[in-house]
Amino acid sequence: MNARVPLTRPRLVVVGNGMAGMRTVEELLKLAPDAYEITVFGSEPHPNYNRILLSPVLAGEQTLDQIVLNTREWYEENGITLHAGKTVTRIDRARRVVETAEGVCATYDRLLLATGSTPFILPIPGVDLPGVITYRDIADTEAMIAAAREHRHAVVIGGGLLGLEAANGLKLRGMDVTVVHLMPWLMERQLDRTAAQMLQQSLEGKGLAFRLEAKTEALVAAESGRVGTVRLASGETLAADLVVMAVGIRPNVALAKSAGLHCDRGIVVNDTLQTFDPRVYAIGECVAHRGLTYGLVAPLFEMAKVCANHLAGYGIGRYAGSQVSTKLKVTGVDLFSAGDFAGGDDTEEIVLADPAGGVYKKLVIRNDKLVGGVLYGDTADGTWYFKLLRDGRSVAGIRDRLMFGEANLGDTGHEGQSRALAMTDDAEVCGCNGVCKGAIVKAIKAKGLFTLDDVRKHTKASSSCGSCTGLVEQLLMATAGGDYSAPAKLKPVCGCTDRNHQEVRDAIRDQHLLSIPEAMRLLEWRTPNGCATCRPALNYYLISTWPKEAIDDPQSRFINERAHANIQKDGTFSVIPRMWGGETNSSELRRIADVVDKYGIRTVKVTGGQRIDLLGVKKADLPAVWSDLGMASGHAYAKALRTVKTCVGSEWCRFGTQDSTAMGKALERALWRMYAPHKVKLAVSGCPRNCAESGIKDVGVIGVDSGWEIYVAGNGGIKTEVAQFLVKVKTADEVLEYSGAFLQLYREEGWYLERTVHFVSRVGLDYVKKRVLDDADGRRSLWERLQFTLDGEPDPWHEMSKARIDMRQFEAVAVT
Amino acid sequence: MKSTASLCRTPSPRERGERRGEGQQVCALADIPVLGARVVERPGHPDGNVAVFRTADDRVFAVLDRCPHKGGPLSQGIVFGDRVACPLHNWSIELATGEAVAPDTGCTRRFPVKIERGVVYLTLD
Repeated sequence: MNARVPLTRPRLVVVGNGMAGMRTVEELLKLAPDAYEITVFGSEPHPNYNRILLSPVLAGEQTLDQIVLNTREWYEENGITLHAGKTVTRIDRARRVVETAEGVCATYDRLLLATGSTPFILPIPGVDLPGVITYRDIADTEAMIAAAREHRHAVVIGGGLLGLEAANGLKLRGMDVTVVHLMPWLMERQLDRTAAQMLQQSLEGKGLAFRLEAKTEALVAAESGRVGTVRLASGETLAADLVVMAVGIRPNVALAKSAGLHCDRGIVVNDTLQTFDPRVYAIGECVAHRGLTYGLVAPLFEMAKVCANHLAGYGIGRYAGSQVSTKLKVTGVDLFSAGDFAGGDDTEEIVLADPAGGVYKKLVIRNDKLVGGVLYGDTADGTWYFKLLRDGRSVAGIRDRLMFGEANLGDTGHEGQSRALAMTDDAEVCGCNGVCKGAIVKAIKAKGLFTLDDVRKHTKASSSCGSCTGLVEQLLMATAGGDYSAPAKLKPVCGCTDRNHQEVRDAIRDQHLLSIPEAMRLLEWRTPNGCATCRPALNYYLISTWPKEAIDDPQSRFINERAHANIQKDGTFSVIPRMWGGETNSSELRRIADVVDKYGIRTVKVTGGQRIDLLGVKKADLPAVWSDLGMASGHAYAKALRTVKTCVGSEWCRFGTQDSTAMGKALERALWRMYAPHKVKLAVSGCPRNCAESGIKDVGVIGVDSGWEIYVAGNGGIKTEVAQFLVKVKTADEVLEYSGAFLQLYREEGWYLERTVHFVSRVGLDYVKKRVLDDADGRRSLWERLQFTLDGEPDPWHEMSKARIDMRQFEAVAVT
Repeated sequence: MKSTASLCRTPSPRERGERRGEGQQVCALADIPVLGARVVERPGHPDGNVAVFRTADDRVFAVLDRCPHKGGPLSQGIVFGDRVACPLHNWSIELATGEAVAPDTGCTRRFPVKIERGVVYLTLD
């Protein structure tokens, strides 16, 4: 242990050794490892385990050891005193002491209640008989496994997710199982009638029996004294050596209530997860926050983060409630349900039903947004739908293809890989970092990972280009029982802060922040000078929000933007001079040829953006190369305007309707030196044959006889995305104004490293149209702000001091 | 950490160049950008150049200018805290030890470096 740890530290006592309580402790240890002397009480005689995975244990697919999240060694290594198998029965808030049934006492300075919930027991005769259990913890699971060895007949009361998983597991262990359910169809809170009936048929095919709309009246003992029969209100009796009651859960508030803490549906907490006694925090399924209780892991983990922050004494972060969506998987059946799957008067439905083929899909849409859905039989696109739903993206533009899934939207190089489960362990998931499926699954299991970010941090999978994110999410869902990542909107910029991109952008604008240190101070950054992720983002937000005021910080830019050339794998650089609209001439070509000879440039390559790339330039030679070329910087190295690709247009082409080359050159002259959240590529074609490939550009312009069509948010990268039609205009000036206004909107409101396609899908094309088309004054002022920004911007290759280039970087030093 | 112990061991006082007059003069501290680096050229040396870094609080560190991953020039990376992010694949290297930050593993060689009256002294082999 650390030698600087003070001898007496404040004491934190945690009541509840489950997922919520331990997650809070883990978050706390990350923030302030030595802040408390920690004591944990848990009723179960086990270390913290993943409760969600009890069903695979019951089904015999996993062992108890495999689902442990924190081993006993972990508690020891972190200096935590664990009282496993001891239930706290009394809290003395005046003396600040908790006491267990056995008389074990612990004094606290801060108390964390994470008592979870308890299964609801039907108020009927016979519930106390041996052989009647609930399904909540390891003991219940072990009791079921034991009963399956000795007994034949099982009745599960409750046809919800938990009940069906219990039934499925018991069947797999050889019992005859009947499910008794009060409602007209199974899992009525997650499934519509059609999907539920398909599920029921499939489970019947596996040998399960069902009694629907059936009320249990009494449990009757056999001669042995053990439960023997379940009697229904209809008069029917069912043989039962084991009765599993899975009819719902209730927040466990008994202890808090007895200590005089205010409770209603749960223990009432505020946005900092404090109860009415500010020394006492509460978290997880046992709490009521703003009148709501939560039973899913994602909200609990969000609470844990906030609670730990306050326990650590940072005092920032508030829990403002969670957007609740249910995502589930019934063992043995491909099933997916999320959000408001039932819909209502204000929703529309898209349905695909093939009962014979065992496939049913229903998507519920409200105001052009996906709000819910049920998938049965083919859930490959579940994660994608869930993401659309969670992010609240407009689906208006993809509505006609929505039902056919993500692969249908163009997924270059990744077809046929949407089923992560079918992949073998040695199959590569992340092509950028060479991570295979086996390594990811192993890390998720061994390190108890729950979120996409966890997986990225521990395995690097999905941390580079991100195109395998869907696959990794599927692996998370299959291995950890779900992906509990926060929606993108809520994701912090990086590990240095809890603030997300939007909050940072808003603060910089609203509070007129002008420097990185100022922004970090005001936004309470945890690190002294950020990291390689947040500093470039902050730098961009500052200079794009406050042009001519905020001062660019070259040390917060990636090497390419610091050296104004593109670093290559051997540490040399590539140089791409600007060729306006893709046009060049003999004197430029002569100078390029001379530079190639003079500096021994190994490779000369024509790029996809209609320019010439000089590869293998030594860093020390860069300033001389720029000067000898005498051409403007192509910014091929920057998150900025790259090229404006053009076809030859009406000047030469027999089909050309417009002078696309002149239009392209005008756009490039107007927009070059424009930094943006990510790279920006344009194209102008002179006719709808579209030889300049305008359909896959951030802004694509297509000349037609009567004017110009403008398309936005296309992308030819990792995922080919076809640009969406924005507007048709008549004149070249209008092309400049509309394109410029769109790009300025993106510059002002896009998140760093968000391409236009992602920006537009986040805010919706309708929003873009409102700002750029409907609001003429707004459009003009966007365009003016962009021109104001670019006016006087230096060419970094030829106005180095104005561009604040640190020239020292081009000279090595030598020892003397 | 175990496999690279021999490379990452704590340097002796001599290695740290703590005795007065040891090490070779490189440049003034002011010649290195804050949160930046300079390259010390070693023409013809089989291990290549050395990078000297300056942190926000004016401490200096020197490591081989070669990322343990794929040999990226660390001097070109973004410096933050006591770390540098390699410009090629974004590995983070702890400047004080030369070790890669988990989940990556590897170590790049360190060199003793010190500041005396605003001048940076480096001890090469």
